[in-house]
Amino acid sequence: MNSKYLPLIATSVIFVVAYALCTMQYPNMLSTRVVGNLLTDNAFLGIAAVGMTFVILSGGIDLSMGSVIAFTGVFLAVILQSTPIHPLFAFVLALAITTAFGALMGAIIHYLEMPPFIVTLAGMFLARGMAFVLSIDSIPVNHDFYGVLNGLYYRLPGGGRLTFIGGLMLLVFLAGIVIAHRTRFGTNVYALGGGTQTARLMGVPVARTTIQIYALSGFLAGLSGIVFSLYTSAGYALAAVGVELDAIAAVVIGGTLLTGGAGFVGGTLIGILIQGLIQTYITFDGTLSSWWTKILIGLLLFAFILMQKGILLLSGDKRKFT
Amino acid sequence: MNQDLKALLVRLSPQLIALASILLLIFMMFPSFFNIGIQNGRLYGSLIDVLNRGAPVALIAIGMTLVIATKGIDLSVGAVIAITGAVAASSAVAGNSLAYTIVLALGTGLLCGLWNGALVALLGIQPIIATLVLMVAGRGIAQLITEGAILTFNDEGLIFFGSGSLAFLPMPVVIWVVFGLLVALVVRRTALGMLVEAIGINRRASMLSGVRTSVLLMAVYALSGLSAAIAGVIVAADIRGADANNAGLWLELDAILAVVVGGNSLLGGRFSILGSLIGAMIIQAVNTGILLSGFPPEFNLIIKAAIIVVILMIQSPRAATLLEFFRKAPESVKERT
Repeated sequence: MNSKYLPLIATSVIFVVAYALCTMQYPNMLSTRVVGNLLTDNAFLGIAAVGMTFVILSGGIDLSMGSVIAFTGVFLAVILQSTPIHPLFAFVLALAITTAFGALMGAIIHYLEMPPFIVTLAGMFLARGMAFVLSIDSIPVNHDFYGVLNGLYYRLPGGGRLTFIGGLMLLVFLAGIVIAHRTRFGTNVYALGGGTQTARLMGVPVARTTIQIYALSGFLAGLSGIVFSLYTSAGYALAAVGVELDAIAAVVIGGTLLTGGAGFVGGTLIGILIQGLIQTYITFDGTLSSWWTKILIGLLLFAFILMQKGILLLSGDKRKFT
Repeated sequence: MNQDLKALLVRLSPQLIALASILLLIFMMFPSFFNIGIQNGRLYGSLIDVLNRGAPVALIAIGMTLVIATKGIDLSVGAVIAITGAVAASSAVAGNSLAYTIVLALGTGLLCGLWNGALVALLGIQPIIATLVLMVAGRGIAQLITEGAILTFNDEGLIFFGSGSLAFLPMPVVIWVVFGLLVALVVRRTALGMLVEAIGINRRASMLSGVRTSVLLMAVYALSGLSAAIAGVIVAADIRGADANNAGLWLELDAILAVVVGGNSLLGGRFSILGSLIGAMIIQAVNTGILLSGFPPEFNLIIKAAIIVVILMIQSPRAATLLEFFRKAPESVKERT
């Protein structure tokens, strides 16, 4: 068996076993209602995590995501409150801004040869600052179209609801998997993660790919912001603080190598679901405090980093001779 | 010695000029900015306030400078501040003696640092990721210690570290200045600083030439944990309580910014602790200036982003080669003629 599937298999096994243990204690957790809520509550995080997966696959990191989500939310709330334009048009505007923002960061990373960490850190400050400039207060969104979108759902057998945003997240994951494994761009991302120098020698257009990756990440952060805005029906500049960390954690737990070059978009979905499961379990239990989520995610993160190290060590010997 | 001082001034001149121009700008808008008076046996004034408020960032920046010099980064310092603050507060609430409380808090910080160091040095995990573990889990641990509440305490001895004063100066200022000088002296008067730089430039090469890289890396991360612990005690003492959610939130980013503003490269190698301390003061001066001028404090973020972009432009290898190109060109022309 190929060792590159090991992290993915381990994640899946952990999820299934954890879910089984949860249902043994609380049989109600098996219902489609819980599953539907799991998808709805983590929709914005999941969409952001798809973008993060691409960035990490290419060997980079994007710290600006949480701020871009908050910015999109405030932008939508302000624009819907003060102008009569249709939300769909506002969505397009927001996506255009965040995509351009991501592309700009990608260009700076490539052309100035600076570490993605510090460039996206500047982006994080800038996006959050712009959100505050737009409005310091939390602005509610009362548009009818929001009600329509939030009212859309597919009734699952057993009474659960696959909401519009939950379904959108699954669609984004599907699209992400296709892009990563079935397109030239996806191959270029993997190649870039293997090493910029080698990628360049292989003929990968490094500049274009880098800019595209961060543009995609910006686009998905914007989409995640739209979903967050639908989910909360409000825009607040202090919202979504630290979402980028949760997204990174989900990517790592999903089995993507942090050094880039190896991993699966599908794994990230399981990473998101594991995080959601921990939260759901804590809600069901009622006596545990929510800070256990953070500690457990930290521990999982640690375990998966260790496992990745182990796999690298094991496969390292083989690589030398091939 | 005189020459050393001169070289130091030349090295730090961009930072000093930046700090001076920011202070001048604030002074032009608020002539009272430089007024310093003595009340209740300590100095009062906006300038002192900059020094005082900048203490946590300055302290973290000291450890962060060395970590970044090894080509690493420590994202967990904000969480460590929350943990050590919680430890100090809960120990004070339990009625332990001051010495015990301090030792316990600093020991916790050291332990956190050693944990990061072990992940980086022994397991060879990338520093961003290794310290991310504690960054994510740390606030949970801090809340576990405070049991979700904001622990308040009335231990006069502990509060002294936040709002007391020594020799007319607020205690936090005394602490960061003394700690900064101490660390700077230790790394610069021994070979330690050079060895740290060697690791940052090429870890493998320095290991092959006999530098005990693992031990040094552990020590550097432990120092970062210790500086965060001191900052944590000061932050907790300042508000007379431990707030696991907000203590030290995003301070790691400010500290990294301070180190970068101080003229240290994120790619490791040469470092200047003095530069980072001045960098921390630049950031705090901007903060205070914005507060004084009545802009919403959120403008800080945009200014910080602008600062990062400008520094990126200056530090970028691409810009350096361009500059070199323009500088070299006339010389080569001269040689030919």
